[in-house]
Amino acid sequence: MYPRSFEYLAATSLDEALAALADNPDAKVMTGGMSLIPLMKLRLFSPSLVVDIGRVPGLDAIDDAGDHLAIGALVRHATTASSEAVQSGAAALAQAAALTGDVQVRNRGTTCGALAHADIAADQTAAALALGATMVARSSSGERTIAADDFFVDTLTSALQPDEILVEVRVPKTGAGSGSAYGKLGRRGGQSDYAVAGAAAVVTMDGGSVAAARVALTGVGTKPSLAAGVAEALVGTDGSEAAVAAAAARATEGVTVLEDLYGSEEYKAHLAQVYAGRAVTAAMAAAS
Amino acid sequence: MHVAMTVNGREVSGDVEPRTLLVHFIRENLRLTGTHVGCETSYCGACTIQVDGAAVKSCTMLAVQADGATIRTVEGLADGDQLHAVQEGFWERHGLQCGFCTPGMLMSAASLLEQNASPSEDEIRHAIEGNLCRCTGYHNIVRSIEYAASKLRGEEPAPPDWTMDFEGVS
Repeated sequence: MYPRSFEYLAATSLDEALAALADNPDAKVMTGGMSLIPLMKLRLFSPSLVVDIGRVPGLDAIDDAGDHLAIGALVRHATTASSEAVQSGAAALAQAAALTGDVQVRNRGTTCGALAHADIAADQTAAALALGATMVARSSSGERTIAADDFFVDTLTSALQPDEILVEVRVPKTGAGSGSAYGKLGRRGGQSDYAVAGAAAVVTMDGGSVAAARVALTGVGTKPSLAAGVAEALVGTDGSEAAVAAAAARATEGVTVLEDLYGSEEYKAHLAQVYAGRAVTAAMAAAS
Repeated sequence: MHVAMTVNGREVSGDVEPRTLLVHFIRENLRLTGTHVGCETSYCGACTIQVDGAAVKSCTMLAVQADGATIRTVEGLADGDQLHAVQEGFWERHGLQCGFCTPGMLMSAASLLEQNASPSEDEIRHAIEGNLCRCTGYHNIVRSIEYAASKLRGEEPAPPDWTMDFEGVS
């Protein structure tokens, strides 16, 4: 099963890659290729030029920048998952990375690649959204930042322009009194494979009550979505089991839930509530 | 495009189209057919090899991406006639039925044991999450990997668990 023929550029610098993208509107950026190559093999997508940035130096680090972690374009899922900095500062993202694909996929695929690909059932998208990450997009004409809230547009569609590369994701670190968590039901049961539905939560506690919360869902619609109702219901409560249950019940409020091969609308809405509740509970436990 | 890489300790090179998948380069150019092509959609893991020490699916990697890489395939596991511990484990604990998934299972198992000398059953099962066995022989595959882990630690492997107690059976 071969892709259609294409030209291949093994870029040695970001500038070289950006220039190639600017010159070829039909080109596609590749890092690990875990999403792009299967699409090309199925011929659902046939770019004329693949710009491989896998060898570009300086993009494979996770930097602790004080209030946030800067995760470079070439940081693989396995690295995000095992990074102590991510585990302690952005646990939901580390957990989501650990549940992305399988061992072999995590060894090749990248966190930034998964965000840019914007699969409806991806794991790290929900974590990035709950954590309030910022995407750093660069093109030959400059650099801009995009808030996670504005980044996920639709099925397999992010706010990135064709000539832009997601060079870094900046993930705010959960500080004292804050914690985050991610969990899902996988398509193959347990937490294996893409999410039938999943949720990431970030919770800040203050003196025994919930001071702030952000919850994001994945797998239930055409893009990761903030569950604003859960956060609204949770803030100001003592975070008791009853308070979490009442908040989780509002998981799909304002969220478009769609049926797919893996579940009906009702089932997905139910799972969204279950996993929103579990993520909130785990995030609160991590906050204390 | 010209690619050069080290495969099982041997310097190899060839000219490929950019769309040539690494698994095809390995099987067709290098004639190393131990690595299998299964689902071709990165699910089944029959094509698992090690690239620069990490287990990857060679059907979802372009040969041009592997230019300069160090690769190990299932043919690189044994040392001459001396089977690698995971190969011995699959032999001793009946870790294969039809054998199609076996090369990938062996590479995933070897990769796991290089990182974790004493994996729990749960860790073993998660480590082979990316490898499908359509004979559903997972039970013995897990036992085979446990056998190999014991051997690599220099311990005596647990006896096979298929020893049946026929007492009372007429």
